[in-house]
Amino acid sequence: MTEPVLSVRNLKVEFPTRRGRLTAIDDISFDLMPGEVLGVVGESGAGKSITGTAIIGLIEPPGRIAGGEILLKGRRIDNLPPDAMRKIRGKRIGMVFQDPLTSLNPLYRIGDQLIETVQTHTDLSAAAARNRALALLTEVGIPAPASRIDNYPHQFSGGMRQRVVLALALAAEPELVIADEPTTALDVSVQAQIIALIKRLCRQHGAAVMLITHDMGVIAETADRVAVMYAGRIVEIGPVRDVVKQPHHPYTKGLMGSIPTIATESDRLLQIPGSMPRLTAIPKGCAFHPRCPARFAPCDQVRPELAGRDRSQVACWLYHDVPAPAELQP
Amino acid sequence: MTETLVGTAAAAGPARPLVQVENLGRVFDVSPPWLNRVIERLPQRLLRAVAGVNFTIDRCETFALVGESGSGKSTVAKMVVGLIPPTTGQVIIDGVSMTNPAHDGQRRALRRRIQMVFQDPYASLNPRWRAFDIIAEPIRAFSLADSRQEIAARVGELLTLVGLDPADGAKYPHEFSGGQRQRIAIARALASEPEFIVCDEPTSALDVSVQAQILNLMRDLQDRLGLTYLFISHNLAVVRHMANRIGVMYLGRLVEVAPSRDLFRAPRHPYTRMLLDAVPDLEMTGRQRKAVEGEIPNPIDPPAGCAFHPRCPFANDRCRAERPEPVAAGAGEVACHAVAEGRI
Repeated sequence: MTEPVLSVRNLKVEFPTRRGRLTAIDDISFDLMPGEVLGVVGESGAGKSITGTAIIGLIEPPGRIAGGEILLKGRRIDNLPPDAMRKIRGKRIGMVFQDPLTSLNPLYRIGDQLIETVQTHTDLSAAAARNRALALLTEVGIPAPASRIDNYPHQFSGGMRQRVVLALALAAEPELVIADEPTTALDVSVQAQIIALIKRLCRQHGAAVMLITHDMGVIAETADRVAVMYAGRIVEIGPVRDVVKQPHHPYTKGLMGSIPTIATESDRLLQIPGSMPRLTAIPKGCAFHPRCPARFAPCDQVRPELAGRDRSQVACWLYHDVPAPAELQP
Repeated sequence: MTETLVGTAAAAGPARPLVQVENLGRVFDVSPPWLNRVIERLPQRLLRAVAGVNFTIDRCETFALVGESGSGKSTVAKMVVGLIPPTTGQVIIDGVSMTNPAHDGQRRALRRRIQMVFQDPYASLNPRWRAFDIIAEPIRAFSLADSRQEIAARVGELLTLVGLDPADGAKYPHEFSGGQRQRIAIARALASEPEFIVCDEPTSALDVSVQAQILNLMRDLQDRLGLTYLFISHNLAVVRHMANRIGVMYLGRLVEVAPSRDLFRAPRHPYTRMLLDAVPDLEMTGRQRKAVEGEIPNPIDPPAGCAFHPRCPFANDRCRAERPEPVAAGAGEVACHAVAEGRI
């Protein structure tokens, strides 16, 4: 049994606000195995980006990890001092964010940014680091890297910039790459190139990937497993084929049905009524119950936990033993 | 030429399309400031955002424009509603030219019948106005109701029509979610009782489950009110769901126009094929997407000949030198030498 690269156990993230405590992530747990691509999907406010931010230890105060633990290769990283965490970020955990223009420093040549990253995390000489930077640029598919290495970020197109960001993320051979909406800002033809690149590189480098996106199509194509988030909780997690083709949770079913596809012509899209609750006012019981077409007795009383169904896990009373009526308040 | 065209079109009666776009083009001056140009001896720089675009939209039809960023689809939308004047060509709506000075008088009456829904419902609603006033503004501007009571009744009706509660009118935009805001934007567009609505990426800023609600709403409204849509989107799946006919744009030109079903079943232009291959699709779990080489070129300095030739697997010397004109293909039109010559 191989050890997971990343283990998240009962993670809880809270933001104190004037109107009360806001629980952005409420008790989520998952494992990420070496070389695996885990897709995290959900709509805005579901907590998928906060999960990524919590793992890399960059939650902005006053937000804080209120419970649970995060283990990287079996060692806790959620309680490390900022200095130790900074050494892990970039070296052991690489990051790719949505907007490549904001993740590159506009005032430095991309070569200098790459060389700085390489030298921070390895003890290569300046010349060797430059060669490594060139090799990375070649690897991510920048044409004529020797002539582009001294260019500034604004001289690159969006897709090329995202390639540079990917080169930066992989510079120190990380064990884990967290990609938060890496293709959302890109056109569809360029998106296909970047997705293929992320997949190929992580396979070659043996890095595990946590791919955060709202685009189910990208997940279906890239991920091995997928976690579906709703209102700060994972409602369903399992192999991508199972979740996409035979979703169990009513929210996942609704989500899949609401996506228009180019393969089929349909008159009406499946529609989930209402919208996701505000995180300050999450309903009691299952957070999805006010919008759920299949709700019944326990749903508005007791919160369902993720529980196994073969390889997939679902948090829904439809698939679990319903608690005894005595536990339910009338 | 223009006059006769309009004249004959007006005489043609009910068969005439509601919207006719003829040889539409727009050039933007993106030169450096005048002083820099003089001192540094820089030439004037012109960006041809849209060139030679022709299409028609029938009544109660949804015509969609798809393309990647920089393809000029939003510029076409703005020219169709008259937000920016075209450099060449014209837009004729129900026989009235949007630019011809001779039609100035008729154009005022036409304005009420054209509305637009924008991409970002966070930016398109005035944050300091209540939803009621946002929706009532077109009613007041076009004097469509006389008394306060009539206006209030009409706004309530519109809110109900888009699936909100009449009491929601008292709220400010920030009190609504993104999807509800887009509903308000649609209610505002419907307030002047238009026939033709231009929708520029109406769901791109929304989550998928909310997108489904808005797309369903737009189709229901079309059926109930007999609306005609010009629908702009970069999302092919959304376009497939909404449109009867689709125009594919690349670097400011229409490369293919076809009925929706034909376009998805048998795309002809190499760019259309590439776009369809590039769409991640849920059905294809495990299938490798065809990676497309290259990116959309800089529109300030477009390639000679066919603008798509640097990325096209079928390009030959003719494609590099001569720009293809649209030719009829099936029920649509394609601008491609390879298709015209029967090479693909």
